Amino acid sequence: MEGSISQLGQYLGAGLACVGMAGAAVGVGNVAGNFLNGALRNPSAAAGQTATLFIGMAFAEALGIFSFLVALLLLFAV
Amino acid sequence: MANETTGAVTSATEAAAGHATEAATAAGHTAEAAGHAAGSAGMPQLDVSTFGNQIFWLLVALVLIYLILSKIALPRIGSVLANRHGTIAKDIAAAEELKAKAQEAEKAYNQALVDARNEANRIIAATKAEIQAELNVATAKADAEIAAKAAESEVRINEIRAGAMAAVSQVAQDTAGEIVGALGGTADPAAIVQAVTERLKG
Amino acid sequence: MATEGQSEGLAFHPLDQFQVKPLFGDGPIEWYTVTNATLWMGIAILAIILIFVVGTAGRSIIPSRIQSIAEVIYSFIHKMVEDIAGHDGVKYFPYIFTLFCFIGFSNFLGLLPKSFTTTSHIAVTAVLAVMVFLTVTILGFVKNGPAFLKLFWVTSAPLALRPVLAVIELISYFVRPVSHSIRLAGNVMAGHAVIKVFAAFAPLVLMSGIGYVVTPLSILAITAMYGLEVLVALIQAYVFTILTCVYLKDALHPGH
Repeated sequence: MEGSISQLGQYLGAGLACVGMAGAAVGVGNVAGNFLNGALRNPSAAAGQTATLFIGMAFAEALGIFSFLVALLLLFAV
Repeated sequence: MANETTGAVTSATEAAAGHATEAATAAGHTAEAAGHAAGSAGMPQLDVSTFGNQIFWLLVALVLIYLILSKIALPRIGSVLANRHGTIAKDIAAAEELKAKAQEAEKAYNQALVDARNEANRIIAATKAEIQAELNVATAKADAEIAAKAAESEVRINEIRAGAMAAVSQVAQDTAGEIVGALGGTADPAAIVQAVTERLKG
Repeated sequence: MATEGQSEGLAFHPLDQFQVKPLFGDGPIEWYTVTNATLWMGIAILAIILIFVVGTAGRSIIPSRIQSIAEVIYSFIHKMVEDIAGHDGVKYFPYIFTLFCFIGFSNFLGLLPKSFTTTSHIAVTAVLAVMVFLTVTILGFVKNGPAFLKLFWVTSAPLALRPVLAVIELISYFVRPVSHSIRLAGNVMAGHAVIKVFAAFAPLVLMSGIGYVVTPLSILAITAMYGLEVLVALIQAYVFTILTCVYLKDALHPGH
């Protein structure tokens, strides 16, 4: 119970950093949704674009992973 | 070319890793000197003292995997796949050929079937005609025999009829002479004959 | 280590699984020390030998099960390299295949209980990503000379915007190894840590009544996360490899 202000800041900051993962979730959902949208309009072209889909998802997801990393750094490494 | 480049890169990375190892061990020592309080609570991923160890073993593992794959596994799998493609292409060609042969055989079979049917029809017609001819001959022969027999019978019947007629007039004359004798008269045979003949003519 | 200190509460140690420890003895970790990281890298090498060397020893036209696994992986990566990096990228196929195999096998072996996930460490993934970065950069300059710098000069943009875009492209080029390595390590580490957090809730049934609700839920959550992690293990290996192919394409054909 004698935790300091800096510890409070760490935990608050970690929680706030995790909000950034919501953005990644929106981004990944956006990528997948738009891919599905296009794929249903033109199913014959969809098979050739799965690589692009995964690249886009990876880029969108990486930023969420960064925010998760910031949260972990705040919790454990500061 | 590729191998040279990759080799150069690998050696460069190894050199870099070597420096990193020295730096890391140095850092690790200072961290150890600084104290254990931060080390145990922090993320293991950020524990710099283990970096040199991991990087060294990672490079060893990568070089091993690269050598195993590029020297043994990949050429082998590549040749197996190429072999299979060759075999499949050959098999498909052979199958095409067999299919063409089968179609040819089917055509020949159908042709033979048609031929056989025509031949059978021809034989049937010929046999029918032959039988018909034989039949005609037999019929004619039978007709002739029947006609001959009929003529013969006619002759016989006429004879019998003539005989019967003669017998009838004889019997009538005899009967008439006997009847006349029984009635007590004497009959002139000539008169009886004449009378009977006249009656018989009726 | 957790139980003695706080036996009355739940013990959350989601990051303990990532500790690098010496296999034999308890000494300091020198660069040559045989650690659990060494052990699991060795197991990955053994698994690769088992599938790609022992499994294909038959060289049969009609493959056995293990041989068809090896062939599927081979064809998958070969097609990826050919489609993305082009025909002249096929030369680097063994290098890319090595990366895919190491990452894929490490990810999957890391999913075994009690195992150590080598790819969850920034040090490991950073080396992989820096190797790719150096290879691609050196290759780009060797193959194209100074023309490789056209990668940063976007000719399809208006002339006024090009210097700004060049700066952005340059920054994004140097951020590549960072995102490349942190994506892999972060994904793997996050998944494993989340499983560990859920696992920490599981013994609640031994301590209080609410555990009768929480424990089954946590076990269910572990199962679901595990399924997701199996997917992530494959997808992250795939993404790492496909991004390597994309960077390789940039190095071989920087014009577009």
